[in-house]
Amino acid sequence: MTAEIIQSNTAAFDKVDVDPVTLDIIENALRNARIEMDATLFRTAMSPGIREQGDAFPLIADHKGQMVVGQFGSFIDGFLQEYKGQIEEGDMIWLSDPYSCQGAISHNNDWLILLPIFRNGRLISWAAMFGHQTDVGGKVPGSLPTDGGSIFEEGVRIPPVKIYKKGAYQEDIVDLVIHQVRMPAWCRSDLNALIASCRMAERRVHEMCERFGDEIYVAATDELLARNYRAMKQLISNSIGEEAVSFQDYLCDDGVGFGPYKIKCTMWREGEKVVLDFEGTDPQSAASINFYLNENMFKMFFGIYMIMVFDPQILFNDGFYDLVEVRIPEGSLLKPRFPAALSCRTHALGRIFDVLGALLGQRTPEFLNAAGFSSSPHLMFSGFERNTGDWFQLFQIGFGGIPGRPFGDGPDGHSLWPGFTNVPNEFLERYYPMRIERYETVPDSGGAGLNRGGNGIIMSYRFLQTGTIAIHDDRWFTYPWGVNGGEPGMRAKKILIKADGTEMVLGNKQDNITVEEGDLLHYITWGGGGWGDPLERDPALLELELKRGLVTAEGAKAYGVVLDAAGKVDTAATEALRAKMRSERGEVPLFNAGPDIETLRARCLEETGLPAPIAPVWEEPAMAEAAE
Amino acid sequence: MSYRLGVDVGGTFTDLLVIDNDSGQTFRTKVPSTPHDPSEAVVSGSKKVCADAGVNAEDINYFMHGTTVATNAVLEGKGARVGLVVTEGYRQILQIARSLVPGGLAAWIIWPKPEPMAPLECTVEAPERMAADGSTVRALDEAKLRENLQALKGEGIEALTICLMNSYVNGAHEEAVAKVCAEEFPDLPITISSDILPEMQEYERALTTVANSSVRPVVARYVQNLKDELDSWGMQGKLNLLRSDGGLQSADKSKEAPVNLLMSGPAGGVSGALYVAKTADLPNILTLDMGGTSTDVALIENYEPRLRRETSVGDLTVRASSLDIKTVGAGGGSIAHVPELTGALRVGPESAGAVPGPVAYGKGGEAPTVTDANVVLGYLPEALLGGTFKLDREGAKKAVQTIADALGITLLEAAAGIIDIVNENMFGALRLVSVQQGYDPRDFALMGFGGAGPLHANALGKLMNSWPVIIPPSPGVLCAYGDATTRLRVEAQRSFNTAAPNTTDADMAAVLQEIADEVTRELSEEGVAPAEQELRFEIDVRYTGQAFEVPLAVKIEDFKAGNGMAALEKAFDEEHERLFTFNLDVAHEFVNMRATALGPEPKVEAQTIEKGDGDPSGAKLRDHEMVVDGKMAPAIIYQRSKLRSGDKVLGPAIITEMDSTTVVMGGCVADVDDFGNILINPA
Repeated sequence: MTAEIIQSNTAAFDKVDVDPVTLDIIENALRNARIEMDATLFRTAMSPGIREQGDAFPLIADHKGQMVVGQFGSFIDGFLQEYKGQIEEGDMIWLSDPYSCQGAISHNNDWLILLPIFRNGRLISWAAMFGHQTDVGGKVPGSLPTDGGSIFEEGVRIPPVKIYKKGAYQEDIVDLVIHQVRMPAWCRSDLNALIASCRMAERRVHEMCERFGDEIYVAATDELLARNYRAMKQLISNSIGEEAVSFQDYLCDDGVGFGPYKIKCTMWREGEKVVLDFEGTDPQSAASINFYLNENMFKMFFGIYMIMVFDPQILFNDGFYDLVEVRIPEGSLLKPRFPAALSCRTHALGRIFDVLGALLGQRTPEFLNAAGFSSSPHLMFSGFERNTGDWFQLFQIGFGGIPGRPFGDGPDGHSLWPGFTNVPNEFLERYYPMRIERYETVPDSGGAGLNRGGNGIIMSYRFLQTGTIAIHDDRWFTYPWGVNGGEPGMRAKKILIKADGTEMVLGNKQDNITVEEGDLLHYITWGGGGWGDPLERDPALLELELKRGLVTAEGAKAYGVVLDAAGKVDTAATEALRAKMRSERGEVPLFNAGPDIETLRARCLEETGLPAPIAPVWEEPAMAEAAE
Repeated sequence: MSYRLGVDVGGTFTDLLVIDNDSGQTFRTKVPSTPHDPSEAVVSGSKKVCADAGVNAEDINYFMHGTTVATNAVLEGKGARVGLVVTEGYRQILQIARSLVPGGLAAWIIWPKPEPMAPLECTVEAPERMAADGSTVRALDEAKLRENLQALKGEGIEALTICLMNSYVNGAHEEAVAKVCAEEFPDLPITISSDILPEMQEYERALTTVANSSVRPVVARYVQNLKDELDSWGMQGKLNLLRSDGGLQSADKSKEAPVNLLMSGPAGGVSGALYVAKTADLPNILTLDMGGTSTDVALIENYEPRLRRETSVGDLTVRASSLDIKTVGAGGGSIAHVPELTGALRVGPESAGAVPGPVAYGKGGEAPTVTDANVVLGYLPEALLGGTFKLDREGAKKAVQTIADALGITLLEAAAGIIDIVNENMFGALRLVSVQQGYDPRDFALMGFGGAGPLHANALGKLMNSWPVIIPPSPGVLCAYGDATTRLRVEAQRSFNTAAPNTTDADMAAVLQEIADEVTRELSEEGVAPAEQELRFEIDVRYTGQAFEVPLAVKIEDFKAGNGMAALEKAFDEEHERLFTFNLDVAHEFVNMRATALGPEPKVEAQTIEKGDGDPSGAKLRDHEMVVDGKMAPAIIYQRSKLRSGDKVLGPAIITEMDSTTVVMGGCVADVDDFGNILINPA
């Protein structure tokens, strides 16, 4: 650790025993405190991205910076490793530069507040929270330039600075940063909300210490971490084999014409330890799809997936980190070298969840989920309001289909991101010059399976005045794969119909598209892959879902089900079709991602309306070295 | 002679209470509930309590009733099959919902896919469109609508709902669609969203309206049956039902807008607590209503329970006002267990319920529960319900011993641990309604009621530092008190969504006046003359750009005088600072305006008890022992009915009565007031 922590009381915490009841009480109290952090944030933040959609992540950590409650793992360790200064009582840290915290946050839009909590002269705990800002300046509204060549084009970079220094608010720093952004009122309010949330956690920690004593609090956080370590140790030895398993998946393109990019991960167990090795992942991109993946954050993802897949009762924290080793090659898409652009990392972030699910479930197909955690589709819309001349700017997160699961069908048009919700369309229509003419799921877009993949969404925006839009999405070129016999889900697509009727297919990563009054944008997201053999699905379900508009009669054929003109199951025809399909198909693969990459390329223009991405080439390692 | 009758239907018992309007004298009874048709017990119990009290049916002028009919219809999925008409392009509005998957990262893996409350096959589109400013983009195509409606004809729907985009601004299209629907489905009840909830957010509005439609037939049937039976009995008073927000609404209104009744049950407890609070002169109360499977907590400030703008029942959350009641799955029947993987002690949310119940009840329960831990610690003496029901203390010990063994601690430590953890869960809920809302629990008294509340209230008072801890008389039937003593209430709301610079005091006064006239008229129709009504106004305010608003009370006179806006903005800044510690230099937005008309407060004199000399020994039942600070210590059991006003009971002690047991902890003292309330304070 290079950060120096100044404590007026340097006595170590006494080792004390915590009885199991006190421990559980402290655990509950910490969990409540975290809920209170969220509530404070959502009630006071302004940007729809945070307040409506929930793009923000809180945590409370022990005095060493290990997360005790939270969900995205601790950002604190990465910061402590990199920070060169002193940390004193009354300080509060603010940062956004991923390179300043080893990728603990991963693009400039995420503003992170870190609050060391001191008590009786000693550092006793940490509270932290980050939230995605709608705009942090830079070359495009929303600050996620698809063609960004370096992080210098991606808006204001905040190194770790003290927003409070020994208790004094550093207004000048805030003013300096806020001056760089397009939506100053939102950023200021969201920043205040992040601070207020951390202060809330601080108050709760003090109350717990008052109630139980400082040593008991510290001992309890230690024990909570240890408890998780023990549970995960058992889970790992039961569920992960020593023989390596491997999986690779792709990002479709980089938005500047190249793709797909491979993400590969191999997993094996060595004794009680799991190794996750990203060897084989493609080198970093010259554009902005790089994802600076913090090792600890990936450990956290791994842990959460382990628990959700194998035993959802375990409470989650950082305690198991020593049981996992993560290896990410330098200069790869997941560990790009400074100053590689990072803003559009959301696609890779989503994709590693698909990879993780595939790795964990490969040996135990009954636990395997299909793909669909494919991206976090964004729409940006901005301009000057026609009558008032006021600047308006929207950053909206969309959703696709949830994958087919061992548990059942994937829900249609729901969020894979925790706590995220859509923005009410009446809100959009009231505050932005647009009308949402259609908001429903796309029939048949979920992959066929015993358990169907969730359908993707079609959202049709009618623009009521001139403005600029930008699109960020993926899974338009490769398919969200199905598993255990399930079919892939449908791919994403974006179509702009001009007021004069001209139709054009837009790229799935594209900035600076001008729209005019009367233009209509169909924003279509991907469906989840299917789970299990579609020929085993109850034909009556197809009949019902036809009536519900979730599948079509044509789509039902993928399940070997024939629906007649009245929408009823034609039993004889269904049996015949299923028999034929069974005999004609070969062995049912574990994963079904559709055609191989070269076939996809060959058919790309015809099927998607867009030219195929060109395979990226790297001048290794010259480019990387030049950047040093 | 005139009387009011309050009835609360619980899962096990139906509680009835008759109050003499002049003397305040009360008569109580309990009869077993009749879940197949709750009105049976309501009627038979009413007859019984009146017969016991010598009251004629004709002398009852108000019949007030808290009901869980609507709640149970939702929880058990027994609501009506609802058809839904939406704007073209929005058929899947309930299927997509808000796209939220509850829980943390990867929770989607185990989240069950929910079925919409109005089935998708019963949802059709209306070809029409209203803009966000209330102007028509596309007129309703009636012919096409009629064609679309045909799809519903074979679906067996029992109610129809209409929710169109932007109808919160202009409901004209909904009314036009309703007219066509009424022609196509002359026998179905039709609900339009702009009537039920004229508020922005299409999904919440649709869901709330659908929920209303879903419970409407069952509530209407129930209310009509009850009315008929009470009529034939000769009861001529007004039948009113308790709303989720603690007000009363007429039987007719309840048939139209049953979505307001979803939390009718728990609201009765809070209303009862409010009544007791007034008799005890304690304006600030935290309520702790602990039953067998769950606990409801709420906050009353200055004799006003906190309201929220939504109601949650199970997984359903609708936009209808309700008392801000938090429920936790912690009750007397909550089961303690130690999961193998973590070795942690967990209590609940699984409950042994009434059957098989706690081990101590001897009805076949085997899992250790909170009640069993209370028995082991001596907090629940062997004989319950006035001695008719004996507890199996040895069985309870054996069950709790399994927890002790799993954790490697003693029996008493395990029992105390179970109680500490269940208390902690309730503590968490109490914090949500107090600390998290910016209230200091030290400024509040804590009232414990329900079957198990008086057992735990003293310990929670200690945790919260909320004194005194109050145990009202007959804590098990407090809900019926609430039903009998609350007021008629009518509420109306308008979306305003306008920033301060774009409006004036006069504009706002005009809207307030319009909704005031509406609620005054409606309450007049209920038989309350305008002169007897109390009018209240509220405006929801936020900083432009925020998603959540803060409701603030306002006076219409201020707006008429031209200084309402300034006062409101100042009040908002103060409240925002109190809640969130900061203010912003951003325009205020006035989101919704609300008017509430309240009927007169019933004048119900509380009954007083005999004055004593401070010495409770006349009420002593026997000596006993219970755990104090980890060790068994001598204690005394008192009989509540024999305690007199002014008596002082020193802890550790137990006070028993027919429906409940009160624990007075060591180091605390309980005073009995003139009305029979037990007030516990640190000694």
